[in-house]
Amino acid sequence: MSVASAIRGIGHRVVNAVWRIGVAARFFFLTLVYSGPSFRRFHLTIKELFFTGVMSLIIIVVAGLFVGMVLGLQGYETLKRYGSESALGVMVALGLVRELGPVMAALLFASRAGSAMTAEIGLMKATEQISAMEMMAVNPIARIIAPRFWAGVISMPLLAALFSAVGVFGGYFVGVVQIGVDEGSFWSQMQAAVDFREDILNGVIKSLVFGTVVTVISLFEGFDAPPTAEGVSGATTRTVVTSSLAILMLDFVLTAIMFRGS
Amino acid sequence: MRFPRGKLVAIMGLSGCGKTTLLRHIGGVLKPTGGCVRFDGQVLHELDQRGLYAARRKMGMLFQFGALFTDMSVYDNVAFQMREHTDLPEELIHDLVLMKLHAVGLRGTHHLMPSELSGGMARRVALARTIALDPMLIMYDEPFAGLDPISLTVVGDLIRQLNNALGATSIIVTHDVQESLKIVDYVYFMAKGVIMAEGTPDEIRASEGDFVHQFVHGEMDGPVPFHYPGNDYRQDLNLRA
Repeated sequence: MSVASAIRGIGHRVVNAVWRIGVAARFFFLTLVYSGPSFRRFHLTIKELFFTGVMSLIIIVVAGLFVGMVLGLQGYETLKRYGSESALGVMVALGLVRELGPVMAALLFASRAGSAMTAEIGLMKATEQISAMEMMAVNPIARIIAPRFWAGVISMPLLAALFSAVGVFGGYFVGVVQIGVDEGSFWSQMQAAVDFREDILNGVIKSLVFGTVVTVISLFEGFDAPPTAEGVSGATTRTVVTSSLAILMLDFVLTAIMFRGS
Repeated sequence: MRFPRGKLVAIMGLSGCGKTTLLRHIGGVLKPTGGCVRFDGQVLHELDQRGLYAARRKMGMLFQFGALFTDMSVYDNVAFQMREHTDLPEELIHDLVLMKLHAVGLRGTHHLMPSELSGGMARRVALARTIALDPMLIMYDEPFAGLDPISLTVVGDLIRQLNNALGATSIIVTHDVQESLKIVDYVYFMAKGVIMAEGTPDEIRASEGDFVHQFVHGEMDGPVPFHYPGNDYRQDLNLRA
């Protein structure tokens, strides 16, 4: 392959990527524009909240519990070296509320609810259900996309909060119940160190951003998927990969903005 | 092409000749690079989205495999447009849905999900959904594809009866020559994006044209060759003359 064709190939890929980002941005804009009907008929959003939020509860609770337990165990081992076992509650809580809660919940949300949304919408496209809706003069972005978008945006912070809450309980179980860290200092230091605005609110903002990004990626990939089995499977994979990378990159950016120097 | 009001017109041709693309133009899904589609006095590609959606409310389209919404029951599929586009009370929608389903012989399936229907039944439910708001124009994209002989006859008869009962204009895109010639008023034959022949079913049956003759009688070779163009056969097999 000549150098010229290699450069041409790279240029082609870059142009395609920029073009796709532009199309995705337009898709996001249209989703916001056509959100009115999904608020007027909120039962559509409620139905999607069940599929994206409620159906993700088990994986969030189980994962949160184990992540909290691991944090409790590792945290105790580290803090013990400095004689600061009593700060275990602070470490578990801050780790979860600031970072692991929003990030892990978003990664799990992308792999469970996000991939399901992509596959569902991709299959609706492949079986001409979206074309049928358009031919019935019903805007598919207003009817299919917007309710799912708002369900994702609403459910993500709630799932992240639940992840953190269950994780704290997991840390408590390992640290206090199993290892024997003082219960009073576990809770009192946590209460004193965790700030509502600095820690909890920033964690909620993070999860809102992750929820928006993951849901838009999932919906766009499904809506843009080639209407074939291969196209839908490729779109589902791209949803998980792109969402995961976006979450991790955005987490760094948001952490740098929110917690720098605090 | 003209599709007079109240008539049932078939568009036939080989796969890939542009039949479905033509339907998409008529539905306003695609914009023409030349010419125009005029529906009910309006040029479709000149309409904005609101105008296009208003025009589409007067149309119905039956997709090749029904395109029923798989997360809704048969009842909700048929009620979908009524709920989206009208303020009818739910009691009235209930009666209308059952009447539409009765018209296609499937009133008893209203509680089923699309996955519980056979291919022929799904096509008939989709037909009931298509006529939910009594459209002026009904488009059928390969309505006979993949149906058993009984379902094929049932769907064909239903298309004719519904066209007569609703006074709608109907356009059928199909490969099924024999079934469609039984029910339609006029036929267009397309190939490579242009009209190769047209006429009433009797004129088509009596046609001497090579293309129409090959298509109607399902002959293997003719103006449409059996072999896709390629290199010389002997050359491909590395044989000497």
